[in-house]
Order: sequence, then C-alpha cells, then structure tokens
Amino acid sequence: MTSPGWPAAFSGVRLHVVSGKGGTGKTTAAAALALALATGGKRTLLIEVEGRQGITRVFDTAPLPYEERRIAVAPGGGEVRALAIDAEAALLEYFEMFYRLGMAGRTLRRMGAIEFATTLAPGLRDVLLTGKVKECVTRTGRDGRYVYDAVVLDAPPTGRVVTFLDVTRAMADLAKAGPIHSQADGVVQLLHSPQTAVHLVTLLEDLPVTETLNTVRELDAADLRAGALIINKVREQWLPDRSVAPAADGRIDTARVRNGLAAAGLDLPAEVVDGLVAETVEHAVRVAAEAAALARLDSELAEPMPRLELPHLLGGVDLGSLYELAEALVAQGVHVRQTSGASA
Amino acid sequence: MSPPKQPPPLKIDAMLDDAETRILVCCGSGGVGKTTTSAALAMRAAERGRKVVVLTIDPARRLAQALGLGELSNEPRRVAGLDADGELHAMMLDMRRTFDEMVYAHADPDRAEKIIATPFYQAISSSFSGTQEYMAMEKLGQLAATGHWDLIVVDTPPSRSALDFLDAPQRMSDFLDGRMIRLLSAPARAGGRGLRRIVGAGFQLFAKAVSTVIGGAMLADASAFVQAFDTMFGGFRERATATYSLLRSPGTAFLVVATPEPDALREAAYFVDRLSTEDMPLAGLILNRTHPVLARLSAAKARDAADNANGPTLAAAVLRLHADRVELAEREDRLFSRFAGAHPEVAVARVPAVAGDIANLDGLREIGARLAADGYPEHERSAALGAAR
Repeated sequence: MTSPGWPAAFSGVRLHVVSGKGGTGKTTAAAALALALATGGKRTLLIEVEGRQGITRVFDTAPLPYEERRIAVAPGGGEVRALAIDAEAALLEYFEMFYRLGMAGRTLRRMGAIEFATTLAPGLRDVLLTGKVKECVTRTGRDGRYVYDAVVLDAPPTGRVVTFLDVTRAMADLAKAGPIHSQADGVVQLLHSPQTAVHLVTLLEDLPVTETLNTVRELDAADLRAGALIINKVREQWLPDRSVAPAADGRIDTARVRNGLAAAGLDLPAEVVDGLVAETVEHAVRVAAEAAALARLDSELAEPMPRLELPHLLGGVDLGSLYELAEALVAQGVHVRQTSGASA
Repeated sequence: MSPPKQPPPLKIDAMLDDAETRILVCCGSGGVGKTTTSAALAMRAAERGRKVVVLTIDPARRLAQALGLGELSNEPRRVAGLDADGELHAMMLDMRRTFDEMVYAHADPDRAEKIIATPFYQAISSSFSGTQEYMAMEKLGQLAATGHWDLIVVDTPPSRSALDFLDAPQRMSDFLDGRMIRLLSAPARAGGRGLRRIVGAGFQLFAKAVSTVIGGAMLADASAFVQAFDTMFGGFRERATATYSLLRSPGTAFLVVATPEPDALREAAYFVDRLSTEDMPLAGLILNRTHPVLARLSAAKARDAADNANGPTLAAAVLRLHADRVELAEREDRLFSRFAGAHPEVAVARVPAVAGDIANLDGLREIGARLAADGYPEHERSAALGAAR
C-alpha cells in the first residue's frame, strides 16, 4: 500500500536520505525537499557525495568547493545551504588530524594514491562520507541548538544506496581498530535510528518501480528505515478515468471529438483532428501504464509507505520551478517539527 | 525567426546494410534507452539479412524475456521468431564469469584458482567501478576475434557518464598494474628513488596511515593478488589495448543515444567531442523518446478552445493534452537545437517515445522502424492518422 502525505513522524527526522534509480530526478527531488523543509524560517543542509556537482546544476550556481555555502533562500525566511563532500579531501582531512602529512598529502593526491586507497577499500570511502554527514547532522552551535534543522542527503542511486548506508558491513573491510572505527559506531547509530529516513524517488514506469521495490526490501534486510516514496514527473491526466482504457486500445469516437471541437468553436481539417486523436491514444496508453505501475507499488509493498508526488514540469526544471516543486511538497504536508534544540 | 538549420539525417538502414559496418557501439548516459536501442538495431539488421550478435549489459526483465535470455547467458544464443534471412543472437554480459574466464585464459589452472580465491579478487571482480566496462570490452574483443559475425552491436554499462566506457578500462589497468599496491604495502622497497624523493617521509607516514585505516591484512591480501597477477598482466594489458584499437578501426561506428533532456544531451555532447579527439568514428546521435506534435494547432488556441467547451467534455480533454504535448515538444526542440547548434555536423535520428515497455519482438521491431524512419514510419502514420477518414 501507499498513502498520500507526510506522516507526523517524518517531521522529527533529522537526516533525509534521498535515493532513486538513475534518471528518476533524484537530485531535483532532494533539492526540492531541502527547500520545502527550510520553508518558514528553518535552515537545512543539502549534501551531495558523488562528486558530480548536481546541486549546482539544479540551483544554477558556480561549482561548490568543499565547504558549506548558502545556496537558496526559502519562502518565509529559511535558507538552504549546500555541501559537496569530496571523499578524497575527506580522507586527507582525516589523515591530517592524526598524522602530519604536510605537503606530501597534496602530492599523493595528484599521484592518485588517495583515490587508490579509497578504491582498495570501497567501504572506506562510504565510511568517510557518512561520517561527514553525521557530523553535519549532529553539529550544534554555541547556543546548544542544532545548526541545521534537517539535513538532506542526495545519496548514491538505488543500486548502491544500501551498501553505501550499511556502514556496519563496510567496517568489516577496514582495520579492526583505529580512529575510523570509533567514529563509525556513532554513524551506525544515527543511520539506524528514527532520526534517519531513506526516501526513494521513482517514476511510474516499470524499471524504476521494480528497482524501488527491490530497494525497499534491501533496506529492510539491512535494518534501515524506508521513508517516503517520491513519485516524480507526475503528469496531468486529462481524460476521465472511464475513457482511459478504451482510448488506450485505440477506441476513440472521432465524430464525438470533432463535434466537441466544433462546439468549442474549432472547425479543424480532418488531418488535424486525426492527429489529436492519435495524441490522445498515446496519452491514454501512458496514463494506463502509470496506473499499472502505481498499482504494482500498492500491491507489492509489504509495508505501507507514504507517498509524495512531484508534478511533471513541461518547461523543465530551473531555479524558479524548483520553488514550485518545494511548494507542492509543503502542500502535501512536508515540514520540520518546531523544536530544534539538540537533546542533551 | 528563421527555422533552425536541420541536422543531417542519420541513415540507419544504409549503415546496417553496409557490409563494412562490423561493430556498432551504443553509448550514452544512464536511463536513455541504450539497451533497447541496441536490441532494436540488432534485430533490424538481422531482419535485413545480416548475421548479428547483440551484447546487452543489463536488460529490463521483459526485454530479456523477449530476447529469450535467461539468467546465465554469457554466450550468444539465437533469438527465435524473426522474419528474416539473417540471424539474431543475443547475450547478456556476466561480468564475474567473463573475468574468471579471462584469468583462466592467462594463467595456469593452479595459479588461476589461487587468484580467484582471494577476497580481494572477489571484491574487484564484482564491485570495482570500472569492472563492468572492462569486461564489456573484453567480451567485445572475444566476439570480434571469432570472425563469426557480420555485425556486433554493443550496449554499454549504465554509468552516469558515457565517457566511462572509454576511460574505465584504463583506470582498471592502472589499478591492476600494482604499482600503488606495492608502494603501499612495502613503501621502503618500491617506487624508485625518484618518487620517494618527491613525497619524502610523507609517503611513509601515508602508507602507515592507510594500513592503519584499511588494515594490514587487506593490504597484504591485495599485494598477494598483484604478485600472482603480475605474470599474466602483460597479456592482460595487451588484450585491453588491442580491444581499444578495435574501437578505432574503420569497421566500428559509435552511436550516441540521448533523450531530449539537458543532462543526457550534455553527456552526449561531451562524448561526441571526446570521440573526435580520440579519432573514433561517430555514426550519429539517436535522439530517443521524443514527443513530436501530431496535430497542427497551437497550445494557446487549444487551451482557449478547451476553456470555451461546455464543461469537461472529451474534446476539452483532447485539447488540453494536446496543449501539454505542444509545450513538451517545444522544450525538446529547444534543447536539441542547442546541441545541434554546437555540433552541426552530427547526423541525427529521432525516435518518438513508445508508451509502455517493450515486452516482445514486435515492440523492438517498432522501435527499429522508428529509428530508420527518423520519426513515425509510414505505415503507422497512415494507421494512426488515417483511421477516421
């Protein structure tokens, strides 16, 4: 089952992980979520970890350095900051804390040694990235309050996200003791707590739905909490429900369409009417396929999941339309709970 | 405003029929429909009389079923049900098996077993980021070496960037040549004096830090792997180089697949530029899943009329969905003309979106027909548009 809306429990979540199959609009959805959560005077942080500068493309800004930057102002005085975590920089930073590498660090990076180390133990990369995420989530200011009301992580795609979040498993690759180990324990705790939710972005198409269902099962097996389904690019359905199935089969009463057009003041040549009818058939086939995909989600999910919808923007996504998407999320109930003090 | 200059058409049938075309590589960023396009091209070539094999990477379940591919199809299998003089064979890349076979081919059985048993090999053969690309190239090399096929159509792994297909094998090669592993596991002895002078004592510290973090056992394991691998590495690299040069040979053509979306077109543009610097032959761009307007009526006029209609009639619904389609098509044209403006020489075939999934060979044949027609094929145009007349 899926049910529309944002459950009350989600407003207390501090880390919103957003994943999805490639091409579903994961980064756009994460950006819209960060903006929605910041609405009404909150501060959120949007993090990306794959070195692809997707955030800057969505917000149309210059590439992000490895530091937190304000990237957008939210309606009602909130703000979104962004951070692109660079695994190699994070590793170097980490080593710097424990060993003085000095200039050698940069040389090693140029040689590819850092990339090599993270390749050798892919878990290391993930542990470093999630470690930095945790630091942002739990960071408090001088007043003892959390610096961020919520953190949104634009996570790796569904194929890799569970491995990425399964820090316990990643740690098995690494040394049994040492500085990273003690830090990782805290990360594991955060990721498996009710403070974290993993939202999955999908389109109502066969392949993304299949991958979403698989990922929900994998998350469950890894004892991670699935959050909401974010259905992206939901298109307007203009045909009445009862007309969809016959139209998808090519059964459209052309005479009725022609008369209706005439009644609306349009006297169109036959080939234009035929074109309109052909477009209507395609529209109906798509609507029927989307309904079938949604029905699959409804019937194949073992546990009910909340569902949020983002409209398909005909003109594409730019900064202005990102606000539209955020507004749509707010209208569906997305918000952060008022109290933002760090519990002692 | 003058209409934008039209790009040269990509003549799919001429390309498929040309006996000189031996390898077609379909590249593009993830989610643009490379696998389906590869299969449709292969099928069309087979139905036009050639003996074709298509190497798919990760087909959707129903497409795999349509091609008769089970889970373990690391070797080509003939696809039944074609209207053809030619033959279509299909296979699905099994990256792990391909890697294992390669190890067996280059090392004596004892050593091969030993290599395959190391946890490090297990990790690298299943999860290293370039493995899939490397193995796709290896498989392509094998298929080409048999001399069995008129045409090999290759799908490429679903990476974010189309460039990965060209870059990953080199990265993998660098990784496997073991210089770094030797440096890290025995920094005092390896690397040469020159390198040690550059990074100085910092390197020793780094190596120590790395082994503290990822564990001495992991490094030792990696190092054992590399030593065992060393003797076969020459053959390994030679082979990768040979396959890479196959991609440059005159019988090879690249097709870049993109949807009319900014990200996909940007990736396509990077890839086109890269092919030209590498002297690799680009056949053209396949602009996949377009939504051409089928009725000449402006969006504004359609919406006005819909507002004038008496309530939510069928005609009003038809007008509104048409208006949406016009806007979508305009956006797609705008995005594409940006690409075409920067790459006016690239030939293009547009493939209108097929609603729903491809579940059988008829679906593939339909895509093939759209590819060849650069839009809707004649039979469909008359069927769809002539129905009411």
